[in-house]
Amino acid sequence: MRYLVNVLHDRPDAATADETAAIDAFDERLQTDGHWVFAGGLASPDSSTVVDGRGEEMVLTDGPCVESREWTSGFWVLEALDLDVALRLAAAGSRACHRRVEVRPFL
Amino acid sequence: MSTDDVGDTIARAHRDEWARVVATLTRQFGDLDVAEEAAADAFETAVARWPVDGVPPNPGGWLTTTARRKALDRVRRESKRDDKQKQAQTMYDAPSDPADTGAVEDERLRLVFTCCHPALALEARVALTLRMVGGLTVAEIARAFLVHESAMARRITRAKAKIKAARIPYRVPSEADLPARVSGVLAVLYLVFNEGYLASGPDTDPVRHDLTAEAIRLTRLLHRLLPDEGEVAGLLALMLLTEARRDARVSEEGALVTLQEQDRATWDAAMVAEGHHLVRERVATGRPPGRYQLLAAVNAVHTSAARAEDTDWSQVLALYDQLVRLDPSPVVALNRAVAVAEVDGAEAGLEIVDGLVDELADYHPYVVVRADLLRRLGRLHESRAAYDRAIELAGNTAETAYLRRRRGELDITG
Repeated sequence: MRYLVNVLHDRPDAATADETAAIDAFDERLQTDGHWVFAGGLASPDSSTVVDGRGEEMVLTDGPCVESREWTSGFWVLEALDLDVALRLAAAGSRACHRRVEVRPFL
Repeated sequence: MSTDDVGDTIARAHRDEWARVVATLTRQFGDLDVAEEAAADAFETAVARWPVDGVPPNPGGWLTTTARRKALDRVRRESKRDDKQKQAQTMYDAPSDPADTGAVEDERLRLVFTCCHPALALEARVALTLRMVGGLTVAEIARAFLVHESAMARRITRAKAKIKAARIPYRVPSEADLPARVSGVLAVLYLVFNEGYLASGPDTDPVRHDLTAEAIRLTRLLHRLLPDEGEVAGLLALMLLTEARRDARVSEEGALVTLQEQDRATWDAAMVAEGHHLVRERVATGRPPGRYQLLAAVNAVHTSAARAEDTDWSQVLALYDQLVRLDPSPVVALNRAVAVAEVDGAEAGLEIVDGLVDELADYHPYVVVRADLLRRLGRLHESRAAYDRAIELAGNTAETAYLRRRRGELDITG
């Protein structure tokens, strides 16, 4: 079972050196324990572009699709047996990056 | 067997077997929805067949077998429709570690922990527990919580869908997680009990016996399944010692009667005895009590006094001192202030109460305590204003009637 762990954040500041070290250690543990699928940090929503390719011509819009108080500043994709395992890993991830996270199952 | 007797037998089987049938089928079919529907079908079949064919020698076995057949029918029907996504999402049946709960684990325990999973919203946990474990109908649960039946049905459907999609495991939590998870289950049961005990809404009965009885029944079940969990025993004792005073709590005119004024002869002696026994058992373990055990002990002190004036208030205060350390919330501080007023006088109690105004100004029990302390100190005009405010804030019919009476008595003396 795969879960997306979204890192929620409300300020554009990047992770501190301590946070980065904790995140690296957590990532390593995920790999050792076989939970790792993928992970990444994201640039601030100011740098995003919304693309609509449904029509004849591609339409581009500057900025995030939804203006919100919080956004995703990074994510993990985890392999876990069930939600209890995913939640435990997510809690450790939240502690490591020092931000709240949202856990969502893949279909 | 007469038709009435068969009816009673079916009602008893429903009470005793519903959760077991749902739990067994959930494990076998990996799907709460299938289990719930099949269990309901099986009981409907019993209602139709038993008065004609007679009650089977093993009603529980008959119900489980019938439900299993219904569930198989449904699964076959659905697999014909080739609903691949549905099959892909069947619930994950995780083996529990037998060392965690003892060798023989009751199926129903898994059901309780799944329905009360902390990833579900509290109101969804309450609804799901009453439906899946308690066997109440959606209409009954909707009525109990003053919610439209369709809204309650959606709440339950959504919770079941999340359990499936997010793969909330059907399992008793590991030993490390158990205390936190048990306390989550107890929060659900206590909420059900309190909703029954002091029902909200101007048009509802002041005490909803159906809900308090259901909460006690489920807590008793949990206590049987987890006999060593002190807080489970504590909550059961607390509920029993509270429920024992039920008949004394509302007057014939429908007004709330406070503990001080209750006719203690009308308390349910068997429930009091059982509650006291549970409290003594916990004290005898010598383990530090949790919140529910302390509240149960407070109630044990109250129910040990033959007359209100015999109450050992210093003991009550000592228990609240312990409780404040565990739970420094303003509501606990308010209850402690009531004990302080009894031990050290109304002035001392009021001083604590006034310090809580920022947090509790609109919490009606706060206003009631304050009104009473002001009355005892002879500050009658302030007391009357507080009663006015309390009547505005109270949502329970019996309580409003009581507060009006108290305010009326002030008018006579003041």
